[in-house]
Amino acid sequence: MAGPELAIDNLHVAVDGTPVLKGLTLSIRGGEVHAVMGPNGTGKSTLAQTIMGHPRYQVTGGSITLDGQDLLAMKTDARARAGLFLAMQYPNEVSGVTTANFLRTALNARRDAKDPVRLKEFRDELDHAMDILSIDHGFANRYLNEGFSGGEKKRNEILQMLLLKPRIAVLDEIDSGLDIDAVRIVAQGVDASRSPELGLLIITHYQRILNYIKPDYVHIVYDGRVVKSGGPELAETLESRGYEWIREELVPAVEGSPA
Amino acid sequence: MATRQQLVSEEYEYGFNDGDVGVLKFQKGLTRQVVEEISRIKQEPAWMLDFRLHALDIFLKKPMPKWGADLSALDFEKIVYYVKPSDRQGKTWDEVPQQIKDTFERLGIPEAERKFLAGVSAQYDSEVVYHNIHKDLEEQGIIFTDTDTALREYPDLVREYFGTVIPSEDNKFAALNTAVWSGGSFVYLPKGVHCNIPLQAYFRINSENMGQFERTLIIADEGSFGHYVEGCTAPTYNSESLHSAVVEILVKEGARMRYTTVQNWASNVFNLVTKRAIAEKNATMEWVDGNIGSKVTMKYPSVYLVGEGARGMVLSIAVAGKGQHQDTGSKMYHYAPHTTSTILSKSISKHGGKTTYRGLVHMAKGVEGAKSNVKCDTLILDEESNSDTIPYTEVSDSRVEMEHEATVTKVSEEQLFYLMSRGLSEEDATRMVVMGFIEPFTRELPMEFAVEMNRLIKFEMEGAIG
Repeated sequence: MAGPELAIDNLHVAVDGTPVLKGLTLSIRGGEVHAVMGPNGTGKSTLAQTIMGHPRYQVTGGSITLDGQDLLAMKTDARARAGLFLAMQYPNEVSGVTTANFLRTALNARRDAKDPVRLKEFRDELDHAMDILSIDHGFANRYLNEGFSGGEKKRNEILQMLLLKPRIAVLDEIDSGLDIDAVRIVAQGVDASRSPELGLLIITHYQRILNYIKPDYVHIVYDGRVVKSGGPELAETLESRGYEWIREELVPAVEGSPA
Repeated sequence: MATRQQLVSEEYEYGFNDGDVGVLKFQKGLTRQVVEEISRIKQEPAWMLDFRLHALDIFLKKPMPKWGADLSALDFEKIVYYVKPSDRQGKTWDEVPQQIKDTFERLGIPEAERKFLAGVSAQYDSEVVYHNIHKDLEEQGIIFTDTDTALREYPDLVREYFGTVIPSEDNKFAALNTAVWSGGSFVYLPKGVHCNIPLQAYFRINSENMGQFERTLIIADEGSFGHYVEGCTAPTYNSESLHSAVVEILVKEGARMRYTTVQNWASNVFNLVTKRAIAEKNATMEWVDGNIGSKVTMKYPSVYLVGEGARGMVLSIAVAGKGQHQDTGSKMYHYAPHTTSTILSKSISKHGGKTTYRGLVHMAKGVEGAKSNVKCDTLILDEESNSDTIPYTEVSDSRVEMEHEATVTKVSEEQLFYLMSRGLSEEDATRMVVMGFIEPFTRELPMEFAVEMNRLIKFEMEGAIG
């Protein structure tokens, strides 16, 4: 089977009637790591939520496909089962449901009902993934995200990614609020999942995490569009020069271009 | 209306009935003759008949309670007050009439008994048709029998305690039960005896318009421990049935008693039950109370904490679906210093169902160091459903600690999105949130009951997503 491909074409999205994404185009293939960077409020998280199908985000134009399938016609759960994963910026808490129980349910949701994952096999995989992320095994019996620290929540997101083995994973601000050690551990987890069968889209405000996960492509989003794409050196430029540089250099050009 | 009945029975898996299997069935309605006849059939001592008739007077005088759920559809004249299902009580299931035995098989009772119960009592309409207790428990002096048998075999014990925790004057339905009671369990745990595996009673209504009025009396003597579990189901009919039990429990010094209920009545049953315990010095009373079915439930398990250091706990779950009102809660009366009470009430309403938490914490004078903690959590699954929390407190002493916390949550869009983003369908995601919500309750159940409870809740949630 050919590697996965997520294609976003001329995507327009509104939130509560206000346009946020205004013609965003981006394409990710298996084995590639793309970083989407940009100042706050330019639509980075909207992009992540829209790809996953959050009901609050209304797509007003354009398309998103995964391996040619129209994702926009699918509900969130169907997108997940098709191989999409979103590591959330603010993972929700679910009281009374253990992390292990949740993960097993999620795994079984993508299997034939008559062939649930075997407990031993699941436990082994879970333990292995927890080791990669330096997570204490007792973690699996804690209620999903309840009372987790910021770092634990982020690690739990990557833990889920390692177990669910998506084809395209979007990591939304996976490094925010983490100290340098935690960033390194999370990045190790992400790195462990890299393969030709996985395309990664890393959404981040800071360049820091890209020191650990080298992107193949960096895209700068401004005002709902990709205004500049390049290699890893682009992230370094941003790090040294900040986003003001983008505003000064690129915005007039964007505004001057035909709509 | 056939379509309505179909709809109802699709939602309730125990809605089947066995037809008219009783060997004796009274006419509808409640008169002095009905009470006298029940007592005569049971060949009761005169004091019990007097007790019943006195209670009947009280019942007739007391007005219908107006402060709680809507009881206007309940017509006492349309209820059958006594149905005798069988001529004798079995000690083995083979002695139980075939059809009734089949019903209990279908409900899984004999199987559960074989697997993990210390004793089982099975009541069908007005009488207990099966009763058995492990030999070794009997040898330790534990008494577990139906209350009618107890009245014959242990008349002094019954007379000493009957009606002392819940007098007939307490409320209209306690009076009604006292007038026409039949069946129920009698448990006596001798001093220091620990019964570590549960005793179970199962209550099944079969007849249409049936009134089931079991009477349970439990005495946990000093330093003893016991766990009593009850389950209830009934067929689905288009007219109302009534279940009005009285449960009285005495927990003596240093004893601990747990009483677990998983009520799953059909949606035509009025479930109006009075449950109360008295906890003496350093005694512990725990009510674990699950209300999933019925048309209306009004039930507020309470504990009178009369001895220093006594503890009371109520952990309850109420699920109200279409046309159901669960008006439940708890009452804790602190009458001694350093007594503690904990109430954790969880309720779920869906499909237009209504849940009400109605509770009371009473702190008498001189209860220095008493503590009470009340927590009510409500989960509302759709816009048509609703929930009320009505906590009362009466405090006559300032040297006490009281905490109350109430939360109302809806299954949020964000929570569903999160779970669905991992591949769970909306229905599975909702169910997962619900199962997590009731987990503090199910975790307290014996494992087999937790499995059953989870199964029931899953069943209740089917089709919960429009």
